[in-house]
Amino acid sequence: MDLTIGPIAFFWTAETVSDFYRRMATTPARRVVIGEWVCSKRLPFWQQEIPGAIETLLAAGKEVALSTLALITLKRERRQTEELFGAGLPVEIADLGALKHLPEGAAFQVGPTVNVYNEGTLEWLARKGATRICLPPELPLASVEVLARAGAAAGVAIEVWGHGRAPLAISGRCYHARLHDRAKDSCLFVCGEDPDGREVQTLDGHDFLTVNGVQTMGHAHTTVAGQIAELVQAGVVSLRLSPQAGDFAGVVDVYHHLTEGMPAPGALAQLRARMPGARFADGFLAGAPGLRGAG
Amino acid sequence: MMELVCPAGTPAALRAAVDAGAHTVYCGFADETNARNFPGLNFSREELAEGVAYARARGARVLVAINTFPRAGGQALWHRAVADAHQAGAHAVILADPGLIAHAAEAHPDLRLHLSVQAAAANPDAINLYAEAFGIRRVVLPRVLTVEEITAINREIDIETEVFVFGGLCVMAEGRCSLSSWATGLSPNMNGVCSPASHVAYEEVAGNNEARLGGYLIHRTPKGAPVPYPTLCKGCFTAPATRTGPAQTGHIFEDPVSLDATELIPKLQKAGVTALKIEGRQRSRAYVAQVVRAFRAAVEAAEQGAPMPAGLLAKLTEGQAATTGAYAKTWR
Repeated sequence: MDLTIGPIAFFWTAETVSDFYRRMATTPARRVVIGEWVCSKRLPFWQQEIPGAIETLLAAGKEVALSTLALITLKRERRQTEELFGAGLPVEIADLGALKHLPEGAAFQVGPTVNVYNEGTLEWLARKGATRICLPPELPLASVEVLARAGAAAGVAIEVWGHGRAPLAISGRCYHARLHDRAKDSCLFVCGEDPDGREVQTLDGHDFLTVNGVQTMGHAHTTVAGQIAELVQAGVVSLRLSPQAGDFAGVVDVYHHLTEGMPAPGALAQLRARMPGARFADGFLAGAPGLRGAG
Repeated sequence: MMELVCPAGTPAALRAAVDAGAHTVYCGFADETNARNFPGLNFSREELAEGVAYARARGARVLVAINTFPRAGGQALWHRAVADAHQAGAHAVILADPGLIAHAAEAHPDLRLHLSVQAAAANPDAINLYAEAFGIRRVVLPRVLTVEEITAINREIDIETEVFVFGGLCVMAEGRCSLSSWATGLSPNMNGVCSPASHVAYEEVAGNNEARLGGYLIHRTPKGAPVPYPTLCKGCFTAPATRTGPAQTGHIFEDPVSLDATELIPKLQKAGVTALKIEGRQRSRAYVAQVVRAFRAAVEAAEQGAPMPAGLLAKLTEGQAATTGAYAKTWR
C-alpha cells in the first residue's frame, strides 16, 4: 500500500504552495495530484507555481497527475479542462464531464468527487481508460471490498480517502463569500484568509463542518488509521492524504509508518501530536455517520 | 407548450396529477432504487402498471426514477427495477449512475433514458458525454445553474432539457452531497434519503423548540414559533469569529426556503427548456393536485405569451419563504 497526496483544497498563496511541494518532494509519498480542485477564480494566483512544483516532484521520483475542477460550469473552466489533457501528464478527473475532453485512447485517473459506487460504473470507466480510482469518502468497507476486487480484475488501482477533511458537497454558491455578506462574483478572495477552511459549529457549539469556498467539508479530519489492515486485506493499494496547513510532511510520515505496520493507537497519538487541537473521524468506512470519532 | 412533469409518491397522487393536467408524471419503486425512499411512499410493480394505464388512457406519460447509485455487489436490484419499469410501459427511466445507464442502454436499447438531476451534469461537455455514450434523450439540469447558463447549454446540446420550477431546493450540486451521511450515515446517493426522518428529534428545551438530526442541533426557535425540518443545508449554524470577521450565526448555506420559479417560466421557455419539473413525491395528493393545476395554467399562459399568473401558490408556500434559487445570478 502506498500514499497519494491529493490536490490542495484550500486557497493558499503562491509562496505557500511552492514551499509545500518542495517539502512533499522529500516525503515517502509515492504520487502527488496537483491542480485547482475547488474554485477556478483562485487559479491565476498560484498557477505559475505549478510547473516548478511538478519539476521538483518528478525529480524526487514522485508520480504526478493533474487534477481538474470538481464542478466545471463556465466556458473558461471547460477550456482549462481541455488544456489539462494536452499537458503531457496523467489527468485525474474530479468532474465526470471532463471525460468529454479525453483524447482518444488516453489513460486517466478518477478523483474522490466522481461518483464511483459500484462495479458497473468502475468497469465503464475502465473501458474508457481509467487506470486509478480514488473512491468517494462516504463508501462503507463492504463496498470498498467489492470495488477493490472489481478494480483488480479490470486493471484499475483502487485508492481510498485516507486522511483529511472529507469533501462533502460542492455548490454553485460560495458559502465563504456568503459568510462575509458577499456573492461569489464579488468574493474578494476571502477564502484565502482561512488556510484550512472556515469552521462551522452547531448552535450548541459542536464542531461540525468546514466551509471552503464553494466546497463544504467535514470539520473532523477523516482518518483510516484504525482500518489499515482491513483496507490492505480488501486490496486497496493507496491512501489519499488531503493537504492541510501545518506539519503535513509529518502527517505523511505517520501514514507511511502505518502502511509499514505501525499499530493504530500509536499512529493516532502521533497524528494528534502533529495536529494539535484536531479531531479525527472514521465513521464512513464503518458504515456509521461520517463524523463518528476515531480511536 | 412546455411539458409539465409532476411528482407522484402514491397511485392516488398519480391519478390526482393526471386529472389536474400533468403531461407527465414521475414516480419510483418502493425501495432504495429511488431518491425518495421514504416509508409508506412509492409504487409496487402492479401499482406502476395500473398507473401507466391510467395515465395513457388520459394522454399522459409516466417516468420511473431509478436514480440512486447502485450498491457495490447489489446491482441486481437496480437492474431489475429498470427491467420492470420497461415492462410496465414507462415512457422513460430517469437514471443517475453511469454504470446503471450503461447497463440500461445495452439491455434495453429501445427504452428511453433520461439523465437524473442526481447525475449533476452541469455543463454541455458532461451532457454530451452522456448523450453520445448512452443515447440519453433528456437531461434534468442541476439547480446550480442560472437562466443564462441554461440558455448557453441548450445552444451546445441536442437533447431535451428539464428544469425544476417548484418545491424543495437542493443548494449543493445534486448527487454530489454527503452532508446527510456525515451526520446520519444515510445519504441520497446510497440510500435515497437526505436528513432522514428516522434520525430527526424535536424537543422543547428551556422554552425553545429544538430540531436535531442524528443528535446534532440544527434549528432552535422560541416556543410557539414553528421549528423547520432539520435538513442540513438549510440548518442554522455558527461560524466562530476569525481574524477577518466577527462570528456569524444563521442559515450559513441556505434559509429554510423552497423553490418557486413561476415568474421565470417565460425566460426558461426562451432558453429552450422542454419540460418543467415539480419536486415533491413525498407530498399529499391534494398538494400535488393544487400545484399541478396552478402550473398547468402557468405553462398555458406562457404558451400564449400572457403574463404569469401571480400568487397562484401563495397558500402552498405560506409560512415558508420562496426563492428563484440559482436561476438568478445574485443567489450565488
